[in-house]
Amino acid sequence: MTAYLITSVSVVGAAPTDLLIRDGVVAEVGTGLSAPDATVIDGTGLVALPGLVDLHTHLREPGREDAETVESGSRAAAMGGYTAVCAMANTSPVADTAGVVEQVWRLGREASLVDVQPIGAVTIGLAGERLAELGAMADSAARVRIFSDDGHCVADPLLMRRALEYVKAFDGIIAQHAEEPRLTEGAQMHEGEVSTRLGLIGWPAVAEEAIIARDVLLAEHVGSRLHVCHVSTAGSVEVLRQAKARGVRVTAEVTPHHLLLTDERAESYDPVFKVNPPLRTATDVAALRSALADGVIDVIATDHAPHAVEDKECEWAYARPGMLGLETALSIALDVLGPEWDLIAERMSRTPARIAGLTGHGVDPAPGAPANLTLIDPAARRTIEPAELASRSRNTPYARMTLPGRIVATFLRGEPTVLDGKAVK
Amino acid sequence: MIKHLLSGGDLDADTATEILDTAAEMATVAGREIKKLPALRGRTVVNLFYEDSTRTRISFEAAAKRLSADVINFSAKGSSVTKGESLKDTALTLQAMGADAVVVRHPASGAPHRLANWVDGSVVNAGDGTHEHPTQALLDAYTMRARLGRLAGLSVAVVGDVLHSRVARSNVLLLSTLGAKVTLVGPPTLIPVDIAGALAPGTDVSYDLDSVLPNVDVVMMLRVQRERMNDSYFPSAREYARRYGLDGPRMRRLPEHAIVMHPGPMNRGMEITPEVADSPRSTIVEQVTNGVSVRMAVLYLLLGGNNR
Amino acid sequence: MAYPPAARPSPPRQPSVKVILASADVQRVVDRIAHQILEKTQGAANTVLLGIPTRGTPLARRLADRISTFEDVVVPVGVLDITLYRDDLRRHATRAVGPTELPSGGIDGKRVILVDDVLFSGRTVRAALDALNDVGRPASVQLAVLVDRGHRELPIRADYVGKNIPTALTESVKVTLAETDGTDEVKLYGGALS
Repeated sequence: MTAYLITSVSVVGAAPTDLLIRDGVVAEVGTGLSAPDATVIDGTGLVALPGLVDLHTHLREPGREDAETVESGSRAAAMGGYTAVCAMANTSPVADTAGVVEQVWRLGREASLVDVQPIGAVTIGLAGERLAELGAMADSAARVRIFSDDGHCVADPLLMRRALEYVKAFDGIIAQHAEEPRLTEGAQMHEGEVSTRLGLIGWPAVAEEAIIARDVLLAEHVGSRLHVCHVSTAGSVEVLRQAKARGVRVTAEVTPHHLLLTDERAESYDPVFKVNPPLRTATDVAALRSALADGVIDVIATDHAPHAVEDKECEWAYARPGMLGLETALSIALDVLGPEWDLIAERMSRTPARIAGLTGHGVDPAPGAPANLTLIDPAARRTIEPAELASRSRNTPYARMTLPGRIVATFLRGEPTVLDGKAVK
Repeated sequence: MIKHLLSGGDLDADTATEILDTAAEMATVAGREIKKLPALRGRTVVNLFYEDSTRTRISFEAAAKRLSADVINFSAKGSSVTKGESLKDTALTLQAMGADAVVVRHPASGAPHRLANWVDGSVVNAGDGTHEHPTQALLDAYTMRARLGRLAGLSVAVVGDVLHSRVARSNVLLLSTLGAKVTLVGPPTLIPVDIAGALAPGTDVSYDLDSVLPNVDVVMMLRVQRERMNDSYFPSAREYARRYGLDGPRMRRLPEHAIVMHPGPMNRGMEITPEVADSPRSTIVEQVTNGVSVRMAVLYLLLGGNNR
Repeated sequence: MAYPPAARPSPPRQPSVKVILASADVQRVVDRIAHQILEKTQGAANTVLLGIPTRGTPLARRLADRISTFEDVVVPVGVLDITLYRDDLRRHATRAVGPTELPSGGIDGKRVILVDDVLFSGRTVRAALDALNDVGRPASVQLAVLVDRGHRELPIRADYVGKNIPTALTESVKVTLAETDGTDEVKLYGGALS
């Protein structure tokens, strides 16, 4: 196994130091390190962060390998600085059995570009009717701890209560896609001025807020852990703030796109901006940013959602919702938060690793820590070209935007997955 | 000069007025023995209709033919569209056929905007989903101007299912541009959120038809589908008609000169009674006639020169 | 002492302008055409004057006015907009369509005299003949122009010509009228002086 000596690198924003990576761990940290057998990487001007962890990734395999595979999605993740991703369950077949989650987990191991942690479905076929075999998935080789029907809301309050209670037996967590289905029938975009002008059916903020309000009360009642996926509205932030103040065991994520883009993007009718939950207003964006800074929102999660060209090169109403995120998330975080490296590490690595129970991840580079880390050049600026992305799909909303920061290298257990800004394999 | 007509908001006051003036000249052709002008000889106009709308399709077809354009009707029925060809692939086909203009009717809002990205020719929105129908707004404006002599300063009530109405959106945009004042009237469930901010500042909203009627020059009744009551937009057709339908007694509350409009097709007995629809105040038949002249003017404006 | 030619400040190059008809000339020419019409039509009975916009319209009105002064006949006047019949529509941005106004008695069975300011290639007149064909069936069609500058591209000639002006293709003829431009004048613009 090759050793790597990274010189003069700022670890999570601290003064420059050297990092020696050997045998899968950070062997030494300090100035003036030397290791004649090691490959030297000049870290001058670079920042080392614990490898990023994504709580919300769609890898599309099995079922839509034309849009993404575990391998292509893993490569996109590595290119984005990630060392672990949690793969959502809405594949075909749905990841609602031990067999499917083990298949995804095994494909992740074979690709070995990031750790792929499967998420299990809460209900059979995401149909919202009967609980899937949550315990079997937890006991499988994939050791599933997060369960989600993402893409669909667990709308039935009784079913949601049971799910929250049931997973306590194996310290599981329910990640809810908060969307009241009756309030969003046919919904195409945020309900507001722009939807009225464009004649597109609105997705009202209250459809998200009502479910979050209900779920935090349910979680409080049964004393369970709840995770809220892709929070998108100012009202949801307030519901979460109050719940956290009461001590409810709730965590929440926000996507990069909800931190940067607004519903006005729909004016083009280009479905590359169609996503669920939809892009909201500037007021919502501001509330999400401040909630991310003050901790009401715990995590940035990408909701990386690759789609084949034909599912986006069409009428808005017929397009599938979702956008790519893995390869641009850190740049968006840097753009939105500035060089607040400790905050970025907290929101994009340590906290998501803790929520997902991924013990080898989210640990700052220090002697003895697993060498899961990424090197960022914060001074670089890059223009996003869809064709250059590692993802198999092209549906990035940031096409031709110039964003700050570039991932120079990513290490998974001491092995580089990205070097010189290029995927190693 | 504009290349596409996708929205009532694409037109500034000068361009809209030019279309109405041109339409007035085009209207004289309808009175002639030879209802034909050579202006668009050699141009190809494709009517691409993804929804059944015989009225709108034949209006555009008559308009294009009177200007001597070649017309190709491409309807979703009996074409490759039903076999699942994408809009983009259809666009490439039309492009290969050399379409100079594509007149598109589509159930999805924004489909004409997408199409405009994929073809070199002009795109005319002939109604997209619950979004817009700009030539309907133009023919409505033409009809108002013809009957009342002006548009600036007119007070226009648009009544009914504004939420799902492409006619209402285009009318609010165009009439505001031309200086008319629009009041949207309907049950709150059928008035979309933030309508004034979304379309035109100064647009009023009222839930009380009777209070609006005495002060308007024009009342435009929108088609209301009975099925909306299944989605709880209103309790029953009877209650809707009682609160928002235009009947004889309500019509008599209008000022003497006021006119009654309807884009058709009407639900007689729902939003309008036969007595009103067939009264001298009703412009419903004129609207159809004016539709051809206005669409001739639009096609001439878009295709009559080298506006590329 | 003489400067070598190259060192001389060269005069600004400007097009030559020559007034062909001054205001009084224009009026005399219109009078003459009116007389010719009366003579050739034996009193201008059953005759309609159709002006081709822009300047054919006031010319037609003037001719009718002069005819009624000379002989006390009222000749109906109309306007024939030819925009939609032009053969060069695609060479320009979309042209605004103007009104066509036929006299109340119509043109069927009448002698129609088309009136324009300048006869050049003949394409405008061709368009007018096409337009006329679509709006009615006159008994005969004649053409009256203030100026004929030659260079016909179609087999068309005028029945009444106010003034023949031999021109080069590089030159241009500009007619102004009091009704449309403030003054009556015909000018010939040449190429730049060498």
